[in-house]
Amino acid sequence: MAEPDPPIARLLVADDNKVNRLLLTRGLELQGHSVSCAENGRIALELLRREPFDLLLLDIEMPEMDGFQVLEQLTADPKLRDLPVIVTSSLEGLDNIVRCIELGAEDYLPKPVNAVLLKARIGASLEKKRLRDLQKELVRRFATSEVAQDLEQSGFALGGRHVRGSVMFSDIRGFTALVESQPPEETIELLNAYYALMFDAINDHGGVVNQMIGDGLMAIFGAPLPMVDHGVAAVRAALEMVEKVGLLNTRRLAIAKPAIRIGVGIATGELVAGYTGTQKRATYTCIGDTVNLAARLEEHTKTAHRTILIDSATRDALGGHMPVELLGAVSLRGKALPVEVYAVSGPIA
Amino acid sequence: MSDGTIDAATFAELQESAGTDFVKELVQTFLEEAPAMLAELREALAAGNADAFRRAAHSLKSNSLTFGALPLGVLARELELGGFDAARRSNALDVLETEYTRAAQALEALCRG
Repeated sequence: MAEPDPPIARLLVADDNKVNRLLLTRGLELQGHSVSCAENGRIALELLRREPFDLLLLDIEMPEMDGFQVLEQLTADPKLRDLPVIVTSSLEGLDNIVRCIELGAEDYLPKPVNAVLLKARIGASLEKKRLRDLQKELVRRFATSEVAQDLEQSGFALGGRHVRGSVMFSDIRGFTALVESQPPEETIELLNAYYALMFDAINDHGGVVNQMIGDGLMAIFGAPLPMVDHGVAAVRAALEMVEKVGLLNTRRLAIAKPAIRIGVGIATGELVAGYTGTQKRATYTCIGDTVNLAARLEEHTKTAHRTILIDSATRDALGGHMPVELLGAVSLRGKALPVEVYAVSGPIA
Repeated sequence: MSDGTIDAATFAELQESAGTDFVKELVQTFLEEAPAMLAELREALAAGNADAFRRAAHSLKSNSLTFGALPLGVLARELELGGFDAARRSNALDVLETEYTRAAQALEALCRG
C-alpha cells in the first residue's frame, strides 16, 4: 500500500460498550494515533473540555448522556464547535443518521466499522480540521480580537456564499517614488506605522482587512460578519484613515520626511464571500464585480485627484448624511458601461 | 462455522485487521460483558425501563455483528426495535440466551482453532 498515512492525532473514543471501545482503540492505534476513551457522553465532554483533542469518534446509544446530546453541547461551545466528530454507531433508521449530520457530525460510519474506511474518513476529517485551524489563525491575524471571537462564535462559513457588503481598496500615492528615495528600513518602518493606523481605523468601524499587497490593502465590511450599515461604516473608516495619515504626516514633517497621501475606493453590492486557498494557504476573501469596482475606483483617485471615491450604491447607503460630490459617469477599466463616481469630501458628524 | 452461528468471513476479516491475538482478547471481553447485557434485558423488562432495554439490546446487536454472530445479531435487533412488546410476545429472551450460548461456544472454538 503506497497510500500516505494520515497525520498522527489525539483521538477520543466515546462508547459505552467495552468491546467497541477496545476494537476502535486498537484500529486507531494501529494507524499510529494516540487514543483516549470515555464510557459515556458526560465523561467525553469532561475530557474534551480538559484536554485538547483533534477528533472525536462518537457512539450514539450511551447511558447518562447520549451522542445526540454530546453533539448539541459541542455545537453550543465556541471552543469545541469546530472539533470534527465522526459518529460510529449501529443506529437504526435513516432519520437518526440524518439527525447526527444535522447536529454537526462530520461523518457517519456504521458499525462494525470497516478499518480501511475508518482510516480514510479520519484522514479527511483531520485535514479539514487543519485547514479550519489555519483559516482561524489567518482571520485572527487580520481581524481584531472582537471580530475573531465573533467569527468563532457565529461559525466560519466554508465555501462561497452571496452576501451584501462594502469593499474598500486603499494605497499610498506615489509610493514607488518614495521607496526609491529612502533606505529600505525606513520604508518598512513607514509601512508598519501606516498599516497599524489603517488596521485600527478599519477595525474601529467593523471592517476586516483581508489582503495586503505592498502599500495596498483590501478590506471588507459586512462579511464574514453581517453588518447593517456596511456602506456608512466603510466611508467612516476611510475618513478616519485619512485623518490618521494626517497625524502620521505631522510627525513625519517634524523629522523632515515627506508627507504621504492615500487613495481609497469603496463599492457596495453583492459579494461572493468565502474561504479560498489551497491546503497550504487559505484566507477569507470576497470576489465579484463589487470587488473589481472598488479596486478601479481606488485607481481612479489618481486621475480624479480625490482621496476617497465611492460608487452610487455606497452613496445611496449614506442616505445624505455625508456630503458627496458627483464627478459624473466615468469609464473604468474592465467595465463595459461608464460608472457614476462620487467623491467624499470630508468628515461630517 | 458451518452451522452459520458465526460468519467465517466476518470473523476472518476481524482477525486480519485487528490481529489474531487481539481478537482472542476481544472475544474474552465479549464473553465477560455479554452475560451482563442479557441480565440487563431481563431486569429492564421487569422494571419497565425501556431505554435501558433498548440500549442493552443495541449493545448486544453491535457486538454480535462485530464478531459475525449474525443470528444472535438478528435476534438482538428484533428486541432493540420491538422493545417490550417483542420480548413479551414470545419467549424471545430465552431464544436469545440459547443463541448466545451457541455463539459463545463457537467463538471460543474459533479462538482455539
